[in-house]
Amino acid sequence: MSYQWDFAPVFASAPLLAEGLGNTLRLTAVALAFGLVLGLALALMRLSPRPWFSWPAGFVIEVFRTTPPLVQLFWFFFALPMIVGIEMTPFIAAVVTFSIQSSAFFAEVFRAGIQSIERGQWEGALAIGMSRRQALNRIVLPQAVTRMIPAFMERAIELMKTTTLVATIAYADLLYDANAVAQKTYRPLETFTVAALVYFVVIFAFSLLGRRLERRLAVGGDSTVH
Amino acid sequence: MTILRVRGLTKRFGDNEVLHGIDLDVVAGERIAILGASGSGKSTLLRCLNFMELPTAGTVELDGKTVGSERGGGRIYRERDLTGVRQRVGMVFQQFNLFPHMTAAGNVMEGLRTVRRQPKAEARARAEKELARVGLAEKADTFPAHLSGGQKQRVAIARALAMDPEMLLFDEPTSALDPELVGEVLTVIRSLAEEGRTMLLVTHELGFAYHVATRVIFLAEGAIHEQGTPDEILKSPKKDKTRAFLAGHRQFSF
Ligand SMILES: Nc1ncnc2c1ncn2[C@@H]1O[C@H](COP(=O)(O)OP(=O)(O)OP(=O)(O)O)[C@@H](O)[C@H]1O
Ligand SMILES: [Mg+2]
Repeated sequence: MSYQWDFAPVFASAPLLAEGLGNTLRLTAVALAFGLVLGLALALMRLSPRPWFSWPAGFVIEVFRTTPPLVQLFWFFFALPMIVGIEMTPFIAAVVTFSIQSSAFFAEVFRAGIQSIERGQWEGALAIGMSRRQALNRIVLPQAVTRMIPAFMERAIELMKTTTLVATIAYADLLYDANAVAQKTYRPLETFTVAALVYFVVIFAFSLLGRRLERRLAVGGDSTVH
Repeated sequence: MTILRVRGLTKRFGDNEVLHGIDLDVVAGERIAILGASGSGKSTLLRCLNFMELPTAGTVELDGKTVGSERGGGRIYRERDLTGVRQRVGMVFQQFNLFPHMTAAGNVMEGLRTVRRQPKAEARARAEKELARVGLAEKADTFPAHLSGGQKQRVAIARALAMDPEMLLFDEPTSALDPELVGEVLTVIRSLAEEGRTMLLVTHELGFAYHVATRVIFLAEGAIHEQGTPDEILKSPKKDKTRAFLAGHRQFSF
């Protein structure tokens, strides 16, 4: 008995899947933006010689890197509201979880990138009278970020894949909506095939974009020493 | 006029005391060559003068004002004190330390734009002037990766000059260069000497030191062992360690 493929019912549900994809992208984009900003802040704290900056940052980074993302999500969705007594929507819980979670990873990428810049670059900047902050912003970070793009891309892709966990707290992302479509149409094979293809196309396009960006930034200023 | 007065400058790295209470006065227009064996503390001395390293003890006085502020018997150095000093005491490094993501002109403009907040056109004009001074006018829009070592070091000198420093520190500016590129950098430094600039120069080019310096300091084990005019130190040194050091460098010609 061979299986009769029929994509028609799935395509009929395209609007719902599109909405799910929209939610996935929205969640990924918001968590990515917060994650990058927070990640840079954590990295700078972690690199600080002052223990009352570096220790808390190190603690947050380690906790979020060493606990399962699903546990984090459940904690923020089910446990945190009990402590602070506020209502958590699935979207807010997901944004909070994935922002902090990805910031922990981005912090390590930033830290490695900043530390990969030779001491001489700092000294060249300080020697013309720049403050440490100016040296960081003008000299060190621009070079570090160029080197970090591949690692950033990898983390961003990881983030988008991890967002599928929100289906478990009933946030209507692509996977959640695909599941609904599969149950409604009795066509799980077709539905999840389409869902997988959509993830593939989006993530693949994103990584191509990243590679182009990497090439563009590498033009002129090259990243070799001196 | 004394522009720099150093008293009791001491630097320790952990348990290792590298400078043992250096006293040094620099008069405007002086060109001081600092010689010494590897590890004698030449770089550390220079780096303490623009606070790339913070002195463990002692004082550095610039134009009559002691850098940093007194606290509990020692001194503390705030960032604002240090950025101010570094604008007035320029430094040229052995490894150039150019910013690879900026053109030659971008490198020279950077201090003017970011530190002095000059408008772009003004900073650009100044950068072109300084690049022309070091003979690199036509390389303004070239990135460091496409410059030779000698050209990179000349851009680094232009970058330091753009800040109008009262004094320039050179730490072995030609040691990282291929022999055939040393001359072009020394020529630039000599032209700065002819302008009457105040300079402290760590170098192994003894012939150059002899002709360009007004004073030679021989450093041994973190202390000034002997100092005097180039003739006194390089031709008739009085102390054994100085003699031994020079004997190892006999190949230089006056
Ligand atoms: N950042 C540092 N941390 C620890 N020790 C240091 C540091 N910088 C220098 N030293 C030590 O201080 C001593 C003097 O070093 P310095 O670089 O000043 O010597 P130098 O005279 O410039 O030598 P060279 O001719 O090899 O450049 C050496 O023993 C060196 O190991
Ligand atoms: Mg040295």
